[in-house]
Amino acid sequence: MKLTDFTYEVKEGIGISFQAIRANKMRSVLTMLGIVIGIVSVTLMGTAIEGLSRAFNESVSKLGADVLYVQKFPWFFGGDDWWKFRNRKDIDLKQYRDVKDQATTISAITPLSRRRLTIKYGNRSSDGIIVSGANEQYILTTGASMDLGRFFSQAEANGGRPVAVIGYTVAENLFPSETPLGKNVKIGGVSFRIVGVIGKQGSFLGMDLDNCAVIPITNFLQKFASHRRGIDLNVKVADMKDLENTKEELRGILRKIRSVKPGAEDDFAINQQEMFIQTFNKIGIVVAGIGLFITALSLFVGAIGIMNIMFVSVSERTKEIGIRKAIGAKRSTILLQFLIESAALSLVGGIIGIIISYPLSLLINQILPTSMPILVVLIAIIISVLVGMISGFLPANRASKMDPVEALRYE
Amino acid sequence: MQPVINIKNVKKTYIMGTVEVNALVDVSLQINKNEYVAIMGPSGSGKSTLMNIIGCLDTPTSGLYEFNGVNVSEMNDNELAKIRNKEIGFVFQTFNLLARSDALHNVELPLVYAGMKKTDRRESAKEALTHVKLEDRMHHKPNELSGGQRQRVAIARALVTKPSIILADEPTGNLDSKTGIEIMALFDELHRQGNTIILVTHEEDIAHYAHRVIRVRDGMVESDHMVENRITHKAPVSVE
Repeated sequence: MKLTDFTYEVKEGIGISFQAIRANKMRSVLTMLGIVIGIVSVTLMGTAIEGLSRAFNESVSKLGADVLYVQKFPWFFGGDDWWKFRNRKDIDLKQYRDVKDQATTISAITPLSRRRLTIKYGNRSSDGIIVSGANEQYILTTGASMDLGRFFSQAEANGGRPVAVIGYTVAENLFPSETPLGKNVKIGGVSFRIVGVIGKQGSFLGMDLDNCAVIPITNFLQKFASHRRGIDLNVKVADMKDLENTKEELRGILRKIRSVKPGAEDDFAINQQEMFIQTFNKIGIVVAGIGLFITALSLFVGAIGIMNIMFVSVSERTKEIGIRKAIGAKRSTILLQFLIESAALSLVGGIIGIIISYPLSLLINQILPTSMPILVVLIAIIISVLVGMISGFLPANRASKMDPVEALRYE
Repeated sequence: MQPVINIKNVKKTYIMGTVEVNALVDVSLQINKNEYVAIMGPSGSGKSTLMNIIGCLDTPTSGLYEFNGVNVSEMNDNELAKIRNKEIGFVFQTFNLLARSDALHNVELPLVYAGMKKTDRRESAKEALTHVKLEDRMHHKPNELSGGQRQRVAIARALVTKPSIILADEPTGNLDSKTGIEIMALFDELHRQGNTIILVTHEEDIAHYAHRVIRVRDGMVESDHMVENRITHKAPVSVE
């Protein structure tokens, strides 16, 4: 077959299929329903996964790839191990000082303890502020910068001076019209003088990171650590390339100072961003798997529907097939005609699906930072055409093999 | 001169369940260019089978069928489709137009399958419709046309590829007698313009428009003779 013949036949086929769809509107719409649902689920799933991973990447980047978190609990573990981790020896300030003195491949380290407290200034107050006790290097381990004033100094930290640095949101809430610098606030009932405001950091997994305050850890442990709890250590590595070496160094130091016997497992955890990414990828695979299954199922149902209606269409139009064959349509011409018809049916369903998905994706956008990716739209269109062709093949094949004499006799 | 149609000892056997039916026992005939032939016979005589074989809709079980010197008795489906498209113009009793397409597109369709460019095939289709005096009905769908007009659209569709033969199967069977006469006058005119026409019918009146009548009975040619007092129409075709 020449290429031009093929294009004429394709054009003719497209014309016929839209005629047929228009002639049987109700039936066509009902048939498309399965494909519509399938395509809606393809596009929404794609949009949601895209949004989840974008939200996650934004959050996880705040953890910093070059920061190690030394804690009693690993970030991810099976439920059975909880008591084991719970009963580990706490990390304390002495261990912090030992690590700080002995580690050579780190650029910053801070001890860290947190608690939710109320901050008051005059008659204004903010509840549930995450107040951290830390040292002067805290700001270096977060990647944040100062918006106003300065972070507290080493001398202030060591001397346990009543100074505080507050987050952007806290500053906005408590000091809407004046500078917070030099003002005294009550944190958990204790008076602190504000020396700086940390710049905007955004949110982490939905939590506002700017709703915070930082005070020297010595003050924190004295005033707020009512039940004795251990502290965490946040460590920034000197060189990202040596991350694994730094981890090993920290491990060695911690095992020694925590007197872990040779051969026994670590009684502490060194957490890092990487673990989040791995866990997320695992969740992502599960979500995508479930999505794929639902999508495949609805497309399969849609495909069966199209196949069914195409069989009906072929037998209804037996006479037409006979006429076309009598005036010179080849088998391939008839096959192509019905393939195009079922592909068109499915494609229209796909396009309706995309049109329905679009406002729904805007709804998802309220929760996740996403928009319907063009790639997903393209994939949806390709999938709907393919589904149409595959499910149309058997009926089209039956039509193409009809005997013209028999077909012409059909009434 | 080489005949357009040369059929020699053609046999067609159908298997109905377990019984073999000999639709054509042994048929031989030749039809030359610009002949006007009527094939007659009662139902069950095998005339429909003969027509299907002449029209390349079916192939003989045995025997030879040459079309313009080309052996078509052993052609495959695609080759037969091509012959039907280029060499044969069908006119059916029930018109067999595509209901959803207008007259122009119905006439254009064989040219689509022939792979002709859109502008060219539009032009040819308009020409063919003008030929049958339907130039003002081009964009009407079949259900907006009278029986006679529909049959003229079908004739235009048969003419549009400039085929070697026009094969008409009871072309007046669904028309009233007045319209039937008009259609037969049109065939007469086409014949005078040099077309080869094969008319399949069981009506004596209609057969007498032809120059030659071939009678088929029990799967064989019973008689084959020229018509003496043939009916002719010199009057122009009127448009309803």
